[in-house]
Amino acid sequence: MFITPEGKEIFVVDGHTHFWDGSPENQANIHGKQFIDCFYAYHTGLSPKEELWEKSKFEKYTPDNLYNDLFIDGPDDIAIFQTTALNDFYKTGFGCIKRTTEIAKKYPNRFIVNGTFDPRHGEKALEWIHFMKETYDIKGVKVYTAEWNGASKGFKLNDPDAYRCFELCDKLGIKNIHVHKGPTIIPLNKDAFDVHDVDYAATDFQNLNWIVEHCGLPRLDDFCWIATQETNVYAGLAVAMPFIHSRPRYFGEVMAELLFWIGPEKILFGSDYAIWTPKWLVEKFWAYQIPADISAERAGVQLTDEIKEKILGLNAARLYNIDIAARKAEFAMQPMSIAAE
Amino acid sequence: MTEDGRLAQIWAQLDLVMDPELDEPVTDMGFVEGVTTDAEGGVDVTFRLPTYWCSPNFAFLMAQGIKREVELLPWVVQARVHLQDHMSGAEMSAAVNSGGHFSDVFNELTKGEDLTALREKFDLKAFQRRQEVVIKALVAQGFATSALVGMPLSQLQRITLTDPEAAKQKQRYLTLLLAKRIAVDPADLALPTYQGAALTVEGFADHMALLRSVRINMEFSGSLCRGLKRNRYMELVPGADGLTLMDFMPSIDVGPPHTQAKHCG
Repeated sequence: MFITPEGKEIFVVDGHTHFWDGSPENQANIHGKQFIDCFYAYHTGLSPKEELWEKSKFEKYTPDNLYNDLFIDGPDDIAIFQTTALNDFYKTGFGCIKRTTEIAKKYPNRFIVNGTFDPRHGEKALEWIHFMKETYDIKGVKVYTAEWNGASKGFKLNDPDAYRCFELCDKLGIKNIHVHKGPTIIPLNKDAFDVHDVDYAATDFQNLNWIVEHCGLPRLDDFCWIATQETNVYAGLAVAMPFIHSRPRYFGEVMAELLFWIGPEKILFGSDYAIWTPKWLVEKFWAYQIPADISAERAGVQLTDEIKEKILGLNAARLYNIDIAARKAEFAMQPMSIAAE
Repeated sequence: MTEDGRLAQIWAQLDLVMDPELDEPVTDMGFVEGVTTDAEGGVDVTFRLPTYWCSPNFAFLMAQGIKREVELLPWVVQARVHLQDHMSGAEMSAAVNSGGHFSDVFNELTKGEDLTALREKFDLKAFQRRQEVVIKALVAQGFATSALVGMPLSQLQRITLTDPEAAKQKQRYLTLLLAKRIAVDPADLALPTYQGAALTVEGFADHMALLRSVRINMEFSGSLCRGLKRNRYMELVPGADGLTLMDFMPSIDVGPPHTQAKHCG
């Protein structure tokens, strides 16, 4: 819960969080080391100085760290785990649905655990989706199109194998597809950040919600075009959020584009914990206004309190059928010392 | 020529090599790590990128650009590039140094196509980004929209932009206009579309919105790249309380990752 300076309670759904193990013990090869090092460079590059973590903690933090940073110290009411498997790089996976589910069980209704799959596994991917639905009752998945798989350096959402997976997701009621566009797509000679496969997939799977993380940046214009045409395409703010600190004017330009093109109903807050922690992000976001000259270039759009409340929680609550009143009542009854158990 | 003189010439050539995604010189970005020369007219340029994962096609364009620009110096017999700490660094360096194509390295992943279309796309973005800077500076100096859409090349060449960054971008914009044959004669329009069509007063706001969106994308990448590059190689602010500095990246490569599919836990 975030309490505004005026005392208003804002329900926060953190749309993008991780519980990873990037420690040297879990790294399978040089790629595993390079991956967590890259994350750490994001962390050190865009965090305020007082929010920096030591490398060893960043590589592997505890469930208590997580709970504290999100819910005790942090303003989150509900956090969505996005599983990033990276099985080619880490011995037991970078993220792992089994590990996150254990944490989620410990703190009822605090977490939504999303699964992940790799369509290049063919039949095995379909079996895995069935398994995740039956075992964990997942409501969403994260697909990371830049994930390596042997000789393959990535896939597209409209590959036939991916379509078979989405058909199954649709059938099983796995409605929310979080898409992470990394810097590699096939064919490798084309624009590495292209987002047009989202357009095909969203058109062909109207029942599914497509949440594009870091709002398609650095292809924001293409993303906005797609998300304006497709009613089921959403913008996740992970990675865009921390710019509010390091480059606030730039953050304003991104928000102005999103509000102008796709509107306030289709933007979702995400901290990308543990790359960044939600406390400072939400505090700065609530205090933020788009600079007047930037707003003027985009028909006067502005981050009003009402719009911020949507972005921070109401929009994600709609996608994940979260009963906010029930959860608020429930969390109010919980002693905050639960993290110390 | 002295060794210092030769090195200065090489660095001046490297200033002309752009990161295609950012349209900023690889030297400004801090990508070039070292330059050495030998007695046979050989030049070795070592460069590193912000991450191990930086897109291979962007990296390849930069490696090619480095080799091309350095070899323009009359005394250089051969320039060799060495991309370090990158997932495909060794293969790409070898391909560029032997005059090979991108598809030689990644044939299966490119369907045998080269980088021509990609290069064209980046030329377009560079044009748009440079033009936005020039137009904004002109507007700030009092030029009306009607004057901008009809401005001939000769006039833009004569105008002095007071903002130093804009003045620099104007030169780069003019270079690109000529190189791409968008405006060549003094009477040609100085501020047309990339295709050479005239802007209109009515369509001006939309055109500027387009240029802005291109810049927003490029700034995202540029800002991230600078931060990642700085922190990858430990140039952290000293005295950051108790922070464990990152290890240097090992330059060894253990080969391709294993291909076996497995699940966690």
